[in-house]
Amino acid sequence: MSAPAVEERFGRYGGRFVPETLISALDDLSAAWAAARSDTVFQDELSALLRDFVGRPTPLYPAERLSERIGRRVYLKREDLCHTGAHKINNAVGQTLLAKQMGKTRIIAETGAGQHGVATATACALMGLDCVVYMGSEDIRRQAPNVARMNLLGAKVEPVEAGARTLKEAVSAAIRDWVANVADSHYVIGSAVGPAPYPAMVRDLQRVIGDEARSQSLEAEGALPKRVIACVGGGSNSIGTFYAFLDDPVELVGVEAAGEGLESGRHGASLSAGSTGILHGALSSVLADDQGQILEAHSVSAGLDYPGVGPEHAHLRDTGRATYVSVTDTQALLAFREVARLEGIIPALESSHAIAWLLENAPESAGFDVLCLSGRGDKDLDEATAKLAELDG
Amino acid sequence: MAEAAPTTASSAPSPAAGADRIAAAFAAARHDGRAALMPYMMGAFPDAGSGRRIARVYSDAGADLVELGIPFSDPLADGPVIHAAATAALQAGATLESALEACREIASEIPVVAMCYSNMILSTGEDEFASRLAEAGAAGAIIPDLPLGEGAEIKEAMAVHGLAVVPLIAPTTSPERRREICAGAEGFVYLVSTTGVTGERAELPPELEDLAASAREESGVPVAVGFGISTPAQIASIAAIADGVIVGSRLVRAVQDAGDLESAAVAVSEFLAAAREALEGS
Ligand SMILES: Cc1ncc(COP(=O)(O)O)c(C=O)c1O
Repeated sequence: MSAPAVEERFGRYGGRFVPETLISALDDLSAAWAAARSDTVFQDELSALLRDFVGRPTPLYPAERLSERIGRRVYLKREDLCHTGAHKINNAVGQTLLAKQMGKTRIIAETGAGQHGVATATACALMGLDCVVYMGSEDIRRQAPNVARMNLLGAKVEPVEAGARTLKEAVSAAIRDWVANVADSHYVIGSAVGPAPYPAMVRDLQRVIGDEARSQSLEAEGALPKRVIACVGGGSNSIGTFYAFLDDPVELVGVEAAGEGLESGRHGASLSAGSTGILHGALSSVLADDQGQILEAHSVSAGLDYPGVGPEHAHLRDTGRATYVSVTDTQALLAFREVARLEGIIPALESSHAIAWLLENAPESAGFDVLCLSGRGDKDLDEATAKLAELDG
Repeated sequence: MAEAAPTTASSAPSPAAGADRIAAAFAAARHDGRAALMPYMMGAFPDAGSGRRIARVYSDAGADLVELGIPFSDPLADGPVIHAAATAALQAGATLESALEACREIASEIPVVAMCYSNMILSTGEDEFASRLAEAGAAGAIIPDLPLGEGAEIKEAMAVHGLAVVPLIAPTTSPERRREICAGAEGFVYLVSTTGVTGERAELPPELEDLAASAREESGVPVAVGFGISTPAQIASIAAIADGVIVGSRLVRAVQDAGDLESAAVAVSEFLAAAREALEGS
């Protein structure tokens, strides 16, 4: 088989900083993905699922009232219209299909916002595989509707009590489970993070967002967008959106969670305010103290509440190909409400970060922008409503 | 390099010094007709003073070498007991330096091998980290998230400071890879007994014997088995197939469960005495 190998590094970033026990499984996964991504049978099966089950292609929607409000044309890439309500399903369906083909019978996943957990539980129900989802108990509290969904779909949700009881600890717990059950289990990681080949594989599975958006832009406007904007947690919707535009004269903007402000130390901005380090098996940009202890992230949105980021983003930052900015909890909450009222779309709090940045950064210049609306905000209603009530006083 | 500090170590850092000290400890045990006993402890757990005391008890109770955990926030290779100990140590303010106090306490008597995760090494700076280990008298380092193929700079810095980088092999390691790891091993080869993270196990896998035999054949250094070993009977059976036995979670749990430092010292001392007994004539 002469399929091109899956990238292990992005500049100096990436790699496999994991226990030896996992190396053979990562080798197998790498080989399986290298083969599957250039295998037409696999790709046809995946495309059919993305079309008939996920509902792709998702629309590139001209957001008229939002455009009017900021004085620039904006298109929203409607990942919120995917089955299960976020881009996470693109990756979950792809990896689960691959795992099944590899003969794995049990799927492990982690989840923060619950979107990836729901997506993986959904894919497992579809394909008849056992599914266990690790979720921090703080996130279980914040994202209760998604916990109910996972249970209904037949997945087992394992609460994680370590640390701040959020996404970082859920990923660690999932990796530990995989270390112990690597023979029959596949770990469906939820973002473009982790040891190689995960960052490249997740990007390959999410690039459908940018591939569609690029041709939809050309169709709608006869031109490429001036700017492409996406929120960055672990970095999967953003890398998936950016990837198709890497070689184009298009500005790429990733929006991280500034939480209570970068200077407060309570944020999730690993690229804007982190340092080079290793978390969950990859060298990237992380939030850590001067002893190298990983710090807890903070964000109002569970999906951005993570002290690391995919290694490819660290590389795109260093090369200057993409720009990374951040917005606070408050800005995101206000954007959440504003878009609901302007467009009749309730965005996920994660996606609201990208919108919040756009609301304040819309220079008068030619061209139009594409923003990845990574998910819908139903899951956030309780949390956002309460927080907005506090803001309103 | 850190400025010259009073060294309590038996030997100043020089290339291969750590590996030599490790080799001597295994050879001495073998000379006694038994496998080496290498208990693990968490540094600065529950605090720096307790760490020193536990290290002292380990050395006095017949440890041949000591594996010293450096508390890290995200220990991917560790199960609940060691993870919780690291978290507790960090909450109590543990640092690399305070964890290494245990090393300083006993490094002139027996070799201490630090178990530390890559990110701490990278954040501190490879050379600075290695120099601090060496200055505290450590003989080597076990880096559970630095498999073959990663971290050349880390391995170089350790070598410059005379520290052996002990590699791990697992039941899932392919035979070719295992041969490569064993051939390049320094100090000893750490054979992970089971497919999993650290933690006590009721049973060890039957394939272990063959795996240990292959590793001993393929490496020029001793092979020690760790992960899951928690009873004298298991210690005796591992001693029959390997050059060293590593006991971790069982001892960390003894410290955790003890109400105070005195009872912790008694508990680990009693366990180590039983462990030494199980090793006699192995
Ligand atoms: C809707 C939505 N957007 C974005 C994210 C952030 O993840 P990523 O950066 O991998 O796209 C999440 C994560 O849970 C999410 O649910």
